[in-house]
Amino acid sequence: MAVTHCPSCGDPVGAEHRFCENCGENLFLRRTPEGGALGPVSPDCASCGGVVGEDGFCENCGHARASGRDRMEFDLGLVAGISDRGRARARNEDSMAFAVVGPKTAPEAVVAIVCDGVGSTRRSDEASQAAVDAALERIADCLRAGKEAHESTVDGVAAAVEAVALLGEPGSTELAPSSTFVSVIATADEITVGWIGDSRAYWLAGEESRRLTVDDTLYARLREAGWSEDEASANPNALALARWLGADADRDPPNVAEFSANGPGYLVLCSDGLWNYEPGPQAMSALVSEAAPLTVAAELTTFALEAGGGDNVTVVVLPYPFAEPGSDSE
Amino acid sequence: MSDFQIEVYQNEYLPQGAAEVNAIVTVTSSGSAAPAGDTPAAEVIIVDCSGSMDHPRTKMAAAKRATAAAIDTLRDGVAFAVISGTDIAQLVYPERLGMVAASAMSRAEAKAAVERLYADRGTAMGEWLLLAKQVFATQASTLRHAILLTDGKNVHERASKLERVLGQTSGEFTCDCRGVGTDWEVRELRKISEALLGTVDIVAEPEDLEDDFRAMTAAAMGKEVADVALRVWTPQGATVKFVKQVEPTLLDLTARRTEAAARSGDYPTGSWGAESRDYHVCVQVPPAGIGDKMLAARVSLVAPGGDVLGKGQVIAIWTDDTALSTKISPEVAHYTGQAELASAIEEGMEAQRKGDVETATAKLGRAVALAHESGHGDTAKLLSKVVDVVDPARGTVRLKRQVSAVDAMTLECRSQVTKGVGKGEG
Repeated sequence: MAVTHCPSCGDPVGAEHRFCENCGENLFLRRTPEGGALGPVSPDCASCGGVVGEDGFCENCGHARASGRDRMEFDLGLVAGISDRGRARARNEDSMAFAVVGPKTAPEAVVAIVCDGVGSTRRSDEASQAAVDAALERIADCLRAGKEAHESTVDGVAAAVEAVALLGEPGSTELAPSSTFVSVIATADEITVGWIGDSRAYWLAGEESRRLTVDDTLYARLREAGWSEDEASANPNALALARWLGADADRDPPNVAEFSANGPGYLVLCSDGLWNYEPGPQAMSALVSEAAPLTVAAELTTFALEAGGGDNVTVVVLPYPFAEPGSDSE
Repeated sequence: MSDFQIEVYQNEYLPQGAAEVNAIVTVTSSGSAAPAGDTPAAEVIIVDCSGSMDHPRTKMAAAKRATAAAIDTLRDGVAFAVISGTDIAQLVYPERLGMVAASAMSRAEAKAAVERLYADRGTAMGEWLLLAKQVFATQASTLRHAILLTDGKNVHERASKLERVLGQTSGEFTCDCRGVGTDWEVRELRKISEALLGTVDIVAEPEDLEDDFRAMTAAAMGKEVADVALRVWTPQGATVKFVKQVEPTLLDLTARRTEAAARSGDYPTGSWGAESRDYHVCVQVPPAGIGDKMLAARVSLVAPGGDVLGKGQVIAIWTDDTALSTKISPEVAHYTGQAELASAIEEGMEAQRKGDVETATAKLGRAVALAHESGHGDTAKLLSKVVDVVDPARGTVRLKRQVSAVDAMTLECRSQVTKGVGKGEG
């Protein structure tokens, strides 16, 4: 659909314009900020409200300034997400990015990505952020170029792999930074899920709820092969990742699956910081209310934090079918 | 101005609920590139002239030679004075209350005046220090150093008076104390040297005084910045459990705190030349949650005008990773051991004096083991003159039947001298 006027400032725009010549608005893509968090959440101390000194510590209670990554919340109306440090980890190594593709008045697709930096490697927060940024940009470009969602997902993962591999230092004896990956591309008529590792996608719709991904872990593979739960989990490395993104990982394409929804529901992408506390789709669905996506993301995040917050928690929520043109809730 | 560097050695990681944060703070002053002498200095030499200095006669003669050597070591232009101490204090040089700049002429005059000194009367060290304070007060200089020499106990004034005088003179000047012979008391001189941020040592043989005075004066001439404070900021709800100098000697500064600003206190460190010292800072903080990071203390070195000469941070991070939280910083462990070594020696020698063989054997045995473990060879050697060492690693010892007064006092004097830690090696 051709855009004739900028949805932000109202100036006329040409059919081939990607950005408004007048106000600089991106006419085809609205996305979460590249790089994730934009500076600290607040200039003041998150612990006591005191003044934080130049060295990054509160002048009153001594607590370190909260990192912007400690709690990230983004809301694009059609999709929203929260990424939280949790209550046990020193930093947040999860990242998320999402975008609405197409003219503001007539969105064509919603793209969302969650990556979980692998905890045993250094700079895994940088790895997950690089992965979501690279994949989101590549997928949006592919969709604009008219590629299918499946192919776009594969290309997006390839871009994420390249970005993460760049962080690995050649010759270093340390583990290369690495990350998991899960993405969703939702268009008016199909939902495409892609993943590597154990970050998951769920479809939450009451009784119809289901999990859309299969973890890349030994446990999941053994279960698939028909092993009993006890037998599978008895393996010492049952929950260790079998696949991940990183300089030291394989370059095979991601798992990709298409899904058709038989009614309204929420697409949820999450890191294991959420699903460890509630892996079951129906039970997870029971935790959320019928509300705006940011509220739903907050409900699930709060649940995981109150259950212990043992890991970073990231939840991205996308109501589907996404709003028709004109009913945009922004 | 000298260049100061602060380095902090600690394990930042604490287990859940832990409140105590320990750190070793190393302060290194590289000294200024400019030749020494930019800051005006003042030196007072206090010579014990009590009657006992004549027994043996070599003592008084050695004290005169040592004082002359100290005078000769003064830099040109340094203000100086000489005090003779008995049950009263008298100015030997110059004649009237004041100080004179060192020059060829003033040195000769002073040495001639010192040559005329004779031993008589008693000992009241508080009087000596009060006169020194008055003498220093005639000068604008901030680098004020005194040498105090005695051969006996402070018998002609009450202990409470000396205590009061130390309260009045502390912070006015620094003072190195020396005891000649073995008729003086280590604890008494240590009280003075600690209050006045100086050293204490024994000079058993009078003929060794000269070299010792020369070395002390040379060290004083090397000082460039006076009245430097170690400032410790702690967050709200935190308390400073202790601040100790732990290298080159042990000196507990905890009670010397003066409030500097909100949640900040200053601990005196005296004067600095090109040198390095270590401090052990222990802070109690309100425990925070797992994963939280907190600044437990800001440590800075502050000049009298308020100039910050260097700063460092003591951090606390709470973790549930016991591999991280159970590691003890090797620097903290080392100096905790050195402090225990010093108190084991003190308590052991005290028990020995009282004839409590069991306690003395246990404490000195523990001291032997700690000295052995930390590789403190000097102290191990001094201990071996007081006890027969059976097994140094286990600290199995037998008290010697006969211990010379010199050996016992030397060990007591140097019990606070620590061995530095090889940082980051282990």
